[in-house]
Amino acid sequence: MSDINIIIKDRDGNIHKVLAPTDMAMNLMEIIRSYELAPEGTIGVCGGMAMCASCQCYINSDHNLPELGDEEEAMLSEAFNVQENSRLGCQISITKELEGLSFELAPE
Amino acid sequence: MIKTDIIIIGAGPTGLFTVFEAGLLKIKCHLIDALPQPGGQCSEIYPKKPIYDIPGFPEILAGDLTRNLLEQCKQFEPGFTLGERAENITKDKNGIFTVITNKGTQHQAPVVAIAGGLGSFEPRKPLLENISFYEGKGVEYIIKDPEVYRNKRIVIAGGGDSALDWSIFLANIAEEVTLIHRRNEFRGTLDSLEKARELNNKNKITIITPAEITKLIGKEKLESLIMTKDKIETEINIDHFIPLFGLSPKLGPIANWGLEIEKNAIKVDTFDYQTSVPGVFAIGDINTYPGKLKLILCGFHEATLMCQSAFKIINPGKKHIFRYTTVSGIDGFDGTRKEAKKPVIQAINE
Repeated sequence: MSDINIIIKDRDGNIHKVLAPTDMAMNLMEIIRSYELAPEGTIGVCGGMAMCASCQCYINSDHNLPELGDEEEAMLSEAFNVQENSRLGCQISITKELEGLSFELAPE
Repeated sequence: MIKTDIIIIGAGPTGLFTVFEAGLLKIKCHLIDALPQPGGQCSEIYPKKPIYDIPGFPEILAGDLTRNLLEQCKQFEPGFTLGERAENITKDKNGIFTVITNKGTQHQAPVVAIAGGLGSFEPRKPLLENISFYEGKGVEYIIKDPEVYRNKRIVIAGGGDSALDWSIFLANIAEEVTLIHRRNEFRGTLDSLEKARELNNKNKITIITPAEITKLIGKEKLESLIMTKDKIETEINIDHFIPLFGLSPKLGPIANWGLEIEKNAIKVDTFDYQTSVPGVFAIGDINTYPGKLKLILCGFHEATLMCQSAFKIINPGKKHIFRYTTVSGIDGFDGTRKEAKKPVIQAINE
């Protein structure tokens, strides 16, 4: 079994426990879209190129995440509602190390 | 009043290819787009990014794809209403649609094709108190006419291409240009970064980082703003504040056109991508149907099939037959003709 458990709080405050595959090269933004936890057109607008910040999330668990890349950092510096635990969902790949990850979607 | 055969809302790849397919059927098109240039997301969000799934192009930059599509359809002489958002649609008793933009430009045609992608691009507005009060009174999110800023004191906020490029451009027009960004690093082309650095060194523009605009001040119009840097607040007297934090797409007025909408997209019949309103089609990323994929190549397919039904609405009862361009060539509306070279038929043994 290559799925991991992830806890996602959507923009309405609802909490979803979902299974995410580690072998499909998916990222957090794509998991949200695949479970339709945010309306189309409000998430992953640029397709996942770190160019729109529509997939900004607040990471609530203390997992070791991949470091912020230059493009992600640049985009976050232009985004709104940014917090210390802000990340772009499209830049975080689903790996088995993320078992139990908990995050919430930033406001639109 | 602009009169045409098909009003295309959205000048992205799907809208541009519609012009070509319609042109083959001798149908004229006029495109409306909220952005000031054609290309949609390809030119606005990722012109320098490669696309790998356009059939026949192992790799093509989004900006180059836009240029090629414009080149491919130019002999069909499309009209453009750019920088205006399609706001309202009505249908008269003869079945003719009128589409009016936010600036009042009127367009008439028997067919409307909505190729609006994710919607029209609207500026992302910074979260500043009272900013909406100052809109049009010193705060602008999009630069339409740079001359407005001649000999004025302006502050631009943002860290991307547009913030850099407009600061550079306005350096020779405005009295003072101050560029403010939340962090030290900017994201842009190397050329823009170097130019901005040079202008900053020559005091032609003032770049302040890491800093943020935290307050707007002015009784009837914007008079000054507060910049916060290292927790120290400084008041800057200005004439214009231009926050350039990118654009985000919104379905906008189309959502109220009486079309059947599902998941922020327009429901269509896959026979010809017609919406719930006869004569109005939706193609490309803006439509939805079972199995839909938001891919440029799917938009091309949808545009092609749509034009067959559009022909029947525009030319009721008229016969036509589908032909290959290899066989028929292309007759442009501009009088040009493209066709395969005829083979030479000659005896070799005299």
